[in-house]
Amino acid sequence: MKQEEINDNSRRDFIKTAAIAAVAATACGSLACSCSSKKATTGDKVKLLSPDGEIVEIDSAYLKHEEHMAIVSKLEAREGIAGKKFVMVVDLASCKNARSCVSACQKWHYRPKETEWLTVKLMQDSEKAAPYWFPKQCFHCDNPPCVKVCPVDATFKRQDGLVLIDNDRCIGCKFCMAACPYSTRVFNWAEPDQPIDIRSLASNPETGLPAQVGTVEKCDFCPDRAREGLLPPCVEACPNGVFYFGDENEDTVSNGLETVSFSQLIKDRAAYRYQEELGTKPRVYYLPPKDRAFPVEKGYQDADSAIKERFKDYKDRLEAKE
Amino acid sequence: MELNTYQKEAFDYQRKNIETYGKRAWGWTIFYCLCILAGLYALYLQITKGHVVTGMRDNVVWGLFIVNFIFFIGLSYAGAIIAGILHLSKVTWGKPIVRLAQFMTLISVIVGPIFILLCVGRFDRMHHLFIYPRIQSPLTWDVMAVVTFFAGSVLFLYLALIKDFSVYRDAKLNIPKWKQKLYNILALGYRGAASQKRHLLISQNLMAIIMIPLSIVVASILSWIFGMTLRPGWHSTIFGPYFVLGAVYSGCGLLIVAMWFYRKMYKLDYYFTDRHFKYLGYIMLVLAAGYGYFTFSEYFTSWFGSEKWDSELIHKLFSPGEYGWWTFFANFAGIVLPIAIVAFPATRKPGPITLVAFIMVIAMWVKRYLIIVPTLETTLLPMQDTRAEYVKYTATWPEWALTIAGIATFLLFFTVMSKFVTVVPVSGLEDTHTHHEQHQLQHEHH
Repeated sequence: MKQEEINDNSRRDFIKTAAIAAVAATACGSLACSCSSKKATTGDKVKLLSPDGEIVEIDSAYLKHEEHMAIVSKLEAREGIAGKKFVMVVDLASCKNARSCVSACQKWHYRPKETEWLTVKLMQDSEKAAPYWFPKQCFHCDNPPCVKVCPVDATFKRQDGLVLIDNDRCIGCKFCMAACPYSTRVFNWAEPDQPIDIRSLASNPETGLPAQVGTVEKCDFCPDRAREGLLPPCVEACPNGVFYFGDENEDTVSNGLETVSFSQLIKDRAAYRYQEELGTKPRVYYLPPKDRAFPVEKGYQDADSAIKERFKDYKDRLEAKE
Repeated sequence: MELNTYQKEAFDYQRKNIETYGKRAWGWTIFYCLCILAGLYALYLQITKGHVVTGMRDNVVWGLFIVNFIFFIGLSYAGAIIAGILHLSKVTWGKPIVRLAQFMTLISVIVGPIFILLCVGRFDRMHHLFIYPRIQSPLTWDVMAVVTFFAGSVLFLYLALIKDFSVYRDAKLNIPKWKQKLYNILALGYRGAASQKRHLLISQNLMAIIMIPLSIVVASILSWIFGMTLRPGWHSTIFGPYFVLGAVYSGCGLLIVAMWFYRKMYKLDYYFTDRHFKYLGYIMLVLAAGYGYFTFSEYFTSWFGSEKWDSELIHKLFSPGEYGWWTFFANFAGIVLPIAIVAFPATRKPGPITLVAFIMVIAMWVKRYLIIVPTLETTLLPMQDTRAEYVKYTATWPEWALTIAGIATFLLFFTVMSKFVTVVPVSGLEDTHTHHEQHQLQHEHH
């Protein structure tokens, strides 16, 4: 009996110490200070829930607000937010390839330059049809070909509709990349260039941070922000309100400027899903580029030279009307 | 173990091959090791710098490594099917070449999966395949298939070797102690007693019966890694049988090449006769015709149906500016040439047959490249807003170095194995020569 008690106590102590160490390590990392510097304790204890579900008390001196600290455990990150069904609507009529979405996404996720999760394509459905800009992120399909092929359950589908990746589990076989018909996923071909405090974060599928060499990643619909009631950075950054993000269950989507009924919007504007015939059931809807707000050439002419280079094959078409 | 005179002769003839390693064997061994060292340096670069040293990028996520994997693992499945059929069937002419086919099976199933390890971004996490397996994934099926097949081919080869090991054990060979000890252990106390004979034969028959369907299953599973995706050129119902046939076909070619090399190197003309080349040539011809038929069906339906992505892929494969010449080579050297050479009696000789078989094996490698890379270069969404180097795949020197290292490992295993066991199995050998042949060959033999 006695022995058991001792064991139990020491186990609890161990967890407590481990939790402090974990928090402290993160705090130290983010301050980029040496871990040897001792902090004066405040005596103010804060109760925390450890990832194992244990309650631990930690001195508040060891706590620091961290923008990208995962708020949930890995287990919760796999289950998703109960009662939600995230959905996105992209208004093709308002996009002019301003690319604010791309840079906001890059910034928020600490993506190294030129490895985008969000890209903007120049689409032309047929020879005579008018070209238009087509922002594309992960479609978070309800029948995701990528999830089906993952051999280790590193990429998974959650109850709130999101398809996320556990960076710690991914073996980098790239089968999901080959299976995704939309070429959404990106691979860390070299050690990703990220700030030191991001690199020292505890990995979590909800933040997708830190990026790890030899693993796959992609757009995650920013569930860490959704938990705080914030819109994804791409939605907030767009100057033209192209992206609407919201919850299908609540039937509301917002582009940061207006909040509208999801079902009404897709009904009124005749929304479609890209390549419905593949049976992937995407969670991203597109509003057809009817009555466009900007001439398509503008998206090319206003872009910087590096971006122009990417569309050089379409140069003739885009410069003709200059 | 008792040997008849014919078997005894076969053993005495090959005795020196397993007694000594020889200067030539050492030379090759060192050469292969140097190739492997160069590959290890490339691997070191790939580990320290990441896969950025390869030509693979976000669109073409698989390259030479996967091509090599399919190529080697295909040879392996082929070896098992050929050895299984030769073992079970009553054709006695096949007995001398069973072991070569089994060598090919085991060695390729060792070399092939190495390329999977090279291809994954985190091979330090390969244990995740076993601790977090997900049964829905065709890759998990393939892991199970390859592991099962590996175990099967080890058993299959070993069972076939037990009798021979007992022969080597009892032969008082002039060999180091450890080698003698190893033969003692590996022979498992086989003395040729009636019950031993019966048990061994039953086990061998069982393994042969298991290995043939197993090879078909595992080759199909390999094809499904591609067939189950929604990509043009891959998402095809024909892929399972197509891969099975492609595997057996290329394996048949390599068996002919291996036979020719060993015949030259160890002067085995008495066992690997012109008849063997002719018969395997016939098998190669039939398989070539079958493979050609499958290839034609695959391209023709894609082209005629002319769906958007299919036509884009077909256009890439057949336009001379892109993969046109490679497609021509793969189909001409890989299908037309072997048929033509074997069809005419004038060229139906060991030399020409071996030459076309060798070229065909290379063509089949190219064919695998044409299955993998052009499809990955054909994305459903236009490949824009991406870096220029992400559009097309070009293999880099570390990938080539590792490919060469893989081939060197393959050949090294063949060299070492042929110095450990006789290339022509001694026990179970039957004299199948006609009187005329016997007379002629024995004349050259002595």
